[in-house]
Amino acid sequence: MGRSLLRRASATLDRWPVLRQLAGEDPDRAAAASDRTRELRPRTDETRTVASVCPYCAVGCGTAVHVREGRVVDVEGDPRSPINQGTLCPKGADIFQYAVNPNRLTTTLYRAPRGTRWERVSLAWAMERIADRLQDTRDRTWTAADREGRPLRHTTAVGMLGGAALDNEENYLIKKLCVGLGVIGVENQARI
Amino acid sequence: MGSNFAECHPVGFRFVMLAREKGAEVIHVDPRFTRTSACATKYAQIRAGTDIAFLGAIIRHILESEQWRTDPFFQDYVRHYTNAATLIEEDFRDVADLGGLFSGWRQDYYCPDTWQYAGMQRVLNLADRQEEICRLKTTQSWGMHAGRTVGGPPRRDESMQHPRCVLQILRRHFAPYTADEAARICGVPAERIVDIADTLLRNSGRDRTSSVAYAVGWTQHTTGPQMIACSAILQLLLGNIGRPGGGIQPLRGHATIQGSTDIPTLYDLLPGYLHMPTHLPIDVGLDTYVWNEGGATGVWAHTRSYMVSLLKSYYGEHATAENEFGYQWLPRIHRDFSHMPMFVDMHAGRMEGFILMGQNPAVGGPNARFHREALGRLKWLVVRDLFLTESATFWERAPEVQAGEVRPEDIETEVFVLPAASVLEKDGSFTNTHRLIQWHHSAVEPPGEARSDAWFVVHLGRRLKARAAGSAAERDAGLRALTWDYPVHGPLEEPDMDYVLREINGYRWPDDPARREPLETALHLADDGSTACGCWIYCGVHPGTNRAASREPDDYVSPGWGFAWPNNIRLLYNRCSADPSGQPWSPHKKYVWWDERERRWVGADVPDFPPDKPPDAPGDPSLGGLEGFAGDWPFVMKPDGRAWLFFPNGMKDGPMPTHYEPWETPVENPLYAAHGRNPETRIWEVAGNAYHGIGDPRFPFVLTTYRLTEHHTGGGMTRWNSWLAELQPEAFVELSPELAGALKIANGGWVTVVTARGRAPARALVTRRLRPLRVMGREIHQVGMPWHFGYEGLVRGSAANELVALVGEPNVTIHEGKVLTCNLVAGRDGAAERPGAP
Repeated sequence: MGRSLLRRASATLDRWPVLRQLAGEDPDRAAAASDRTRELRPRTDETRTVASVCPYCAVGCGTAVHVREGRVVDVEGDPRSPINQGTLCPKGADIFQYAVNPNRLTTTLYRAPRGTRWERVSLAWAMERIADRLQDTRDRTWTAADREGRPLRHTTAVGMLGGAALDNEENYLIKKLCVGLGVIGVENQARI
Repeated sequence: MGSNFAECHPVGFRFVMLAREKGAEVIHVDPRFTRTSACATKYAQIRAGTDIAFLGAIIRHILESEQWRTDPFFQDYVRHYTNAATLIEEDFRDVADLGGLFSGWRQDYYCPDTWQYAGMQRVLNLADRQEEICRLKTTQSWGMHAGRTVGGPPRRDESMQHPRCVLQILRRHFAPYTADEAARICGVPAERIVDIADTLLRNSGRDRTSSVAYAVGWTQHTTGPQMIACSAILQLLLGNIGRPGGGIQPLRGHATIQGSTDIPTLYDLLPGYLHMPTHLPIDVGLDTYVWNEGGATGVWAHTRSYMVSLLKSYYGEHATAENEFGYQWLPRIHRDFSHMPMFVDMHAGRMEGFILMGQNPAVGGPNARFHREALGRLKWLVVRDLFLTESATFWERAPEVQAGEVRPEDIETEVFVLPAASVLEKDGSFTNTHRLIQWHHSAVEPPGEARSDAWFVVHLGRRLKARAAGSAAERDAGLRALTWDYPVHGPLEEPDMDYVLREINGYRWPDDPARREPLETALHLADDGSTACGCWIYCGVHPGTNRAASREPDDYVSPGWGFAWPNNIRLLYNRCSADPSGQPWSPHKKYVWWDERERRWVGADVPDFPPDKPPDAPGDPSLGGLEGFAGDWPFVMKPDGRAWLFFPNGMKDGPMPTHYEPWETPVENPLYAAHGRNPETRIWEVAGNAYHGIGDPRFPFVLTTYRLTEHHTGGGMTRWNSWLAELQPEAFVELSPELAGALKIANGGWVTVVTARGRAPARALVTRRLRPLRVMGREIHQVGMPWHFGYEGLVRGSAANELVALVGEPNVTIHEGKVLTCNLVAGRDGAAERPGAP
């Protein structure tokens, strides 16, 4: 027992960086690392890396999103990108806070006409209700033609306004559905 | 100009700094001395909104300089590649002749028939409807594309001396823009204007190129598009278009601003810059639509293929030659229904429902209170966002509600808030500022009930289509015909976005998804229904593999990194990088050139030109399309193959840029007293949107709005993030020590900015970054305010948009957010009682 304790203490002493450096090992390399340092691993170790793009300004910096067990553990600039070569600005460096942020909305909320509070509702209920509203407004306000009989085939009582971080594919679908519905009031941040 | 590159696009600005390290001159012209100014080699502090006067003086100086007139490079470039030698109609009259108006003015709009090339006429399908087109005042420009002109070919004077040739008209137009006159208007010393003009001249030519970068500081003006057009004239005169290191860089303000106009969610456009049809007879059928939209020559000559392929991707098997491929199902626009007029309608109670997706007009819309009042007059509102934004909570948290002026119980609007997925949680593509389409892969599942906007649209569309399935109503015919067979995957049933990109790219019929054969280039699009394509300019992005997701960089233009539309061309109009005979202008600026041995265009980029058309090929417009182009007509989007120094079509407010004062200005326009402001300005004289007069003594100061590095747009993507909130915790107003002294405002103390629309208390930042300017013999003070703040989030503060008016530019109905007039009042102005303020 006492002997094993001594042996352990001696082994610890052998690894003590100060002694190793005094004993002549390279002071800048392995000898300088403590046990704790040796066991440390980068946050991005053993993660899956997903290629993404910064959603802020339009420079288009590539990002590398590091994921472990379904959670984002880090977001950094993609060093391969010829645009940003691994760098990011303060906003880009903050993309991580989309993934880990207690302020993110995660539930569906509803406020009744003249209501004074939010209600929790299910997403499916809200989708059905929105479809009801949209269909009802559109059908009631549909205008087939103007007074001179020129075709209009639209409603001006419904509108949509999107931000410019909507994907191209999303914009394609929005415009296509609005064309199908006759909703001409489709606008985007790109206007203003 | 019009951009604070270093702070608003910091990572892109690295390239500017690298160029400076290699000896490049960096010139910054801006109302505020910013970090961009600090990194520049030359700086001019300009009065906000006077950029055309400044650029006009530079253009005048260059046109009159001995160097420009004698250097064969400038003369060859301009003669061959622009319309400088083309003659204009005899009836054309310039602003100098008509007190600030061009010929063609009809009380409140222009008819452009006197702006045409001599011997050519702009003919609409029904000529008597031309007036009506002009009067319609949509944001569509009749002739933005090719314009349908007949007659011709255009008459030219290759010596460029004819008094009616474009170069001479241009010279006369800019003659009043002397450096001294511009100095009086802009507040910039005349010698600095001349120095900047000489610097540009010295750094342009056979061996050198200069580049112009702008951002929203140019666009958000009642003369915004004309400012950009003015820079195009400057860059063409200097031979800086289509050459490496040259060009005009529009620094888009948000990830896919470019993409959302290419594949638009805009009322007046269909994908690929095809116009939404109007209710007018010119759009009555597919044939008339194509006749008016397309031209005989240039890329737009194939408009029918683009349109039929789009209709095929919309209506699938229901689109047939017999039913004009479903053209008659398309809704028609009949007036300007863009952002501002739409909110004016909403404010007047003429709209019932609205869906917001990642947009926050309650603080991000010009005249923010007007926007909130409009939202409060809807029957129902859907808000999809990452955070609980001001547009979701306006009914309980808006400043006017907290001040007790409005009660939630009186607001009828039913509000649905749906959590949205972030970029980390979805597959899809952005088109960044350089037309570069880049794919982002989903990294994790969205939290809780958050879903992508594609999920929302696809599942909403499924519900609505199911309800219309049995309908015999005529209004449902187009909805029933719409193809909506989007596959979904996973437990959340998120749509397959690769499938959507393939539909955008296009494929050969038949429609059986298993047998879809993807297209490789828009050249393969057909007008007979045998191809489908959701956006013709994106054709080639997914020829079987997703090229937007390609990530193979190299050390030059990186054609393997993403996909640049069209055809993966990285530098547009790059035929101009070779001289008319096809050889590089200089070894130093070699980029794309004609290889005589291979008989084709070769170089670092995909040639933006028919790849095997020799430089000496003669032009024969009767052949149509690009087949009729001469080998030295580089501008394939233009019907005459040449860049326009004078715009016969496309701009509603004149064929050349002209200095007009901003809508709200402290001074008269010294050039045109009778029409000192843009005569085509769109205004809305409605309650809550009062304007200031010219030189209004109540509002003596010039206000400009701007961005900070640490926040984004209206703050909807940043004010809920703690790291950024800590870096920029509070709204503020920048003003000069001279103005602060006169008004007894202390640095760090409170000041309230006041306009006829609203009040915005904030902390004063007294700084020499702003200086009083000498304008028209008077001292003019400018004030700056960032516009990121609002009444929700971790950091709050007055929204600058409380101050801004609804006032629109005529070509695109963008508001004038970068210049207005205001007053300043020391103190918080009762803000302690206004809980919306910090």
